[in-house]
Amino acid sequence: MSSDAVLVRKGTYHDSVALMRISRALTEMSGVEVAMVAMATELNLGILRDLGFTVPAADPGDLLIAVRAHDTRAAVEEADRRLTAGRHPEGAPADQPADQPPLTTRSAARTGADLVLVSTPGEYAFAEAQDAIQAGLPVMIFSDGVPAAQERRLKELAEAQDVLVMGPDCGTALIGGVGLGFANVLGPGPVGVVAASGTGAQQVTCLLDWAGTGVSHVLGVGGRDLSAEVGGLSTLRALRMLDEDPATELILLISKPPSPEVARTVQDSVARLRTPVLLALLPEIDLTEAAERTLRALGRPVPEWPSWPAWSGKQSRAKTIKGVYSGGTLSAEAALIAGRAGSRGGDFVDYGDDAYTRGRAHPMIDPTLRVEALSRAHESDLVLMDVVLGHGADPDPAASLAHAVARTPATVVIALIGTEGDPQDLHRQAAAFREAGAAVFTSNAQAARHARSLV
Amino acid sequence: MSLLSTPPRVITVGAGLLDEALRAQAVQTVPVSWRPPLPGTAEALAKVLADPRRQAANELAVSRLTSARPYLVGVRRASEVLEAGTFLHAGPPITWERASGPMRGALIGAMLLEGRAGDEHDAARRLAAGEIALRPCHEHAAVGPMAGVVSPSMWLFEIRDDEHGGTAYCSLNEGLGKVLRYGAYGPEVLERLRWMDAVLGPALKATLERTGPLDLRSLIAQALQMGDELHNRNRAATSLLLRELAPAVVEAVPGHAAEVLRFINGNDHFFLNLAMAAAKVGTDAARDVPGSSLVVAMARNGTDFGVQVSGLGGRWFTGPAGVPDGLYLGTYGPDDANPDIGDSTITETSGLGGFAMAASPAIVRFVGGEVSDAVRATRSMYEITLAEHPAYQIPGLGFRGTPVGIDVTLVARTGLLPVVNTGIAGRVPGTGQVGAGLVKPPVEAFTAALLSLAEQAS
Repeated sequence: MSSDAVLVRKGTYHDSVALMRISRALTEMSGVEVAMVAMATELNLGILRDLGFTVPAADPGDLLIAVRAHDTRAAVEEADRRLTAGRHPEGAPADQPADQPPLTTRSAARTGADLVLVSTPGEYAFAEAQDAIQAGLPVMIFSDGVPAAQERRLKELAEAQDVLVMGPDCGTALIGGVGLGFANVLGPGPVGVVAASGTGAQQVTCLLDWAGTGVSHVLGVGGRDLSAEVGGLSTLRALRMLDEDPATELILLISKPPSPEVARTVQDSVARLRTPVLLALLPEIDLTEAAERTLRALGRPVPEWPSWPAWSGKQSRAKTIKGVYSGGTLSAEAALIAGRAGSRGGDFVDYGDDAYTRGRAHPMIDPTLRVEALSRAHESDLVLMDVVLGHGADPDPAASLAHAVARTPATVVIALIGTEGDPQDLHRQAAAFREAGAAVFTSNAQAARHARSLV
Repeated sequence: MSLLSTPPRVITVGAGLLDEALRAQAVQTVPVSWRPPLPGTAEALAKVLADPRRQAANELAVSRLTSARPYLVGVRRASEVLEAGTFLHAGPPITWERASGPMRGALIGAMLLEGRAGDEHDAARRLAAGEIALRPCHEHAAVGPMAGVVSPSMWLFEIRDDEHGGTAYCSLNEGLGKVLRYGAYGPEVLERLRWMDAVLGPALKATLERTGPLDLRSLIAQALQMGDELHNRNRAATSLLLRELAPAVVEAVPGHAAEVLRFINGNDHFFLNLAMAAAKVGTDAARDVPGSSLVVAMARNGTDFGVQVSGLGGRWFTGPAGVPDGLYLGTYGPDDANPDIGDSTITETSGLGGFAMAASPAIVRFVGGEVSDAVRATRSMYEITLAEHPAYQIPGLGFRGTPVGIDVTLVARTGLLPVVNTGIAGRVPGTGQVGAGLVKPPVEAFTAALLSLAEQAS
């Protein structure tokens, strides 16, 4: 007979990924039905309520431990053990108790570094990013939910300090062969990418990789950089940096159409560069076309993009398309393509949006919300979704999602964004989703077209 | 554009997974042990950190603090600088009604010393009636240890900042045990104060006229390398001072030389008052820089713990003073202890005392710890300070400068409070010292200052 235990630990902070891992480890304990260790945000309290727990009063700064198990005490003890084990970051050797781990980017910068990666909750990212800039270090701000005025201020500071600010809400970058944030394993090559879209850059570079063309660097700038408010400061700097980089032969700029004023500035800047620049302004062209144009510009052949038709070959009875995405640009692209079918286009949800990531890990890491979305889908639905591979992403997305795909009565089409070098094994992931009944495409545009053809 | 030419070494702050993803690619990382800021400070922090004045203001303020060159230039009777009918006291402003035991004891002692009351009850009645104006030392260019009471017939060290021109005063140290600053006012206390007025003060005045100004920055720097932290341990600094003064004392006051030298030699804390005034001229130099979030004073009156911030003028931000955690003398225990008291936290404010603990392994037992605890205390203070002192260095940390320049935004971001070494006064007036140890400042003093900075940020 199992029972519920819900505990609130006041004012205890852990990052959402660490908590998701603890939740997962508890769930795998024998006798545990449900376990959730999470910050007490509105979203997480709602999930707890949906799971039938009695929800206590708690603030977003409090930690929740909720378990339904035969032996709730053992599960809670295990949760506490894992929570305290995570307190001591690796790299601080136990035999040097006097060592003070840096508590801010400001003090960490005294140890010497080349770059700062900020992934705190967005409301706290400004302080860390400003520390980096003031220390003269380039910074990638992975965090989302940073106010636009703060973004503008950071980028102005960066102008004065002559450093690059990537982001906020910059999901991916690749610098000197090192992937930051969500990063696919890409070979070296001639294409330098400046991207105001993280998943957009991932899609294009993964397709280039499949075509055997590598990248020099991928510099993310954040989705708002080319808005009138921010003024494209990071885009302009990133273009100049790639222009001076000897490894870059062609620059690809991926963005939503900039504000007209910013567009003029960017065009002026591009005209002054020695390196040719290809503009991929969404949605004027889709991401797959952008990859194809890049290959043509380099005089290289465009291959067939791999896809795996659904294993079962069952007839789709779907009437509505439901987009269940983790990448904003991929979601928008799919909505646009699948939506071209007029009334048959349906609801698209980007679970990577700020509204879903406050106090929760990104859906590329934490499958919970998308597993739920699949379980809610009907026979008359066609679920179109992305699965993004690479460093930083779920080490085995098929392990949690393929089961949900197999169980849902809906027809499922998957855009699998990844390379053959990614740690998750692209082919194994494709096979698992295919066996679960989904059709799998490496091109999101092709996946969306396929989905449209089925409804 | 070296960013694109070298494999980066990356500072990671936030999600541990992204740090792991880098290490999986064999990239060297420096993970920040990040936590959200103190509850209720997020909004104010965002405003203060985005204040465009702040960085330059803090750089200016902390450079003024660390470039101060304190010299002991003279010794003067307090009556020369004190307004009539006024006593000074330690910490933020306090009234007789709210004054703690040791503060009341010291004020009673001063009334008796000045002949303004017949006995202790008479003194208490007159003080309660407001016959004397009570003013904080800090507001009169002075600092006072423990109760910090200064009355006209006491003598003051006069310290001048040769760099920025400021002046600060501090009383002469009375020694240990039953002393006025710890709230004792018995006959032996008053007798010693009268001797200090009649003999010690004039002798030191005459001595300094012979020696000329004494470079305190240099003395403090040497003492740090000899095992003092200049708050709870001043043995090396006092010895160095004695060497500087002794010949001139003999020449200036041959008849009193032996008793004067014996008095200074018999009190390991004689230099503390000089260290405090030296700290005060530096922190005063850093005052009143608009937009600066630098702490320029921390002080306690036995009831409240107060801080002042460079960009916020003379305003005090206070919280209740805590009871120190430490070792007790004789049969005294925590129940005998008064909450934290004194202006001596000016030493921490200027990068000495608790902040320089790693320089002073000999005092770690006061705070019930090992040498590694002292090292840890100092290391942690680099997290909340803006600079490392160019002259005050710690041999055991590879001659790294002491952490100096507390920033209220860093206190709020890290949740770390300044480490303060302190003496412990007896709760009951007249008791004297009961111990020494460590005390935690109240967090609300710092958060209140931060909220006020946010109101002023554009």
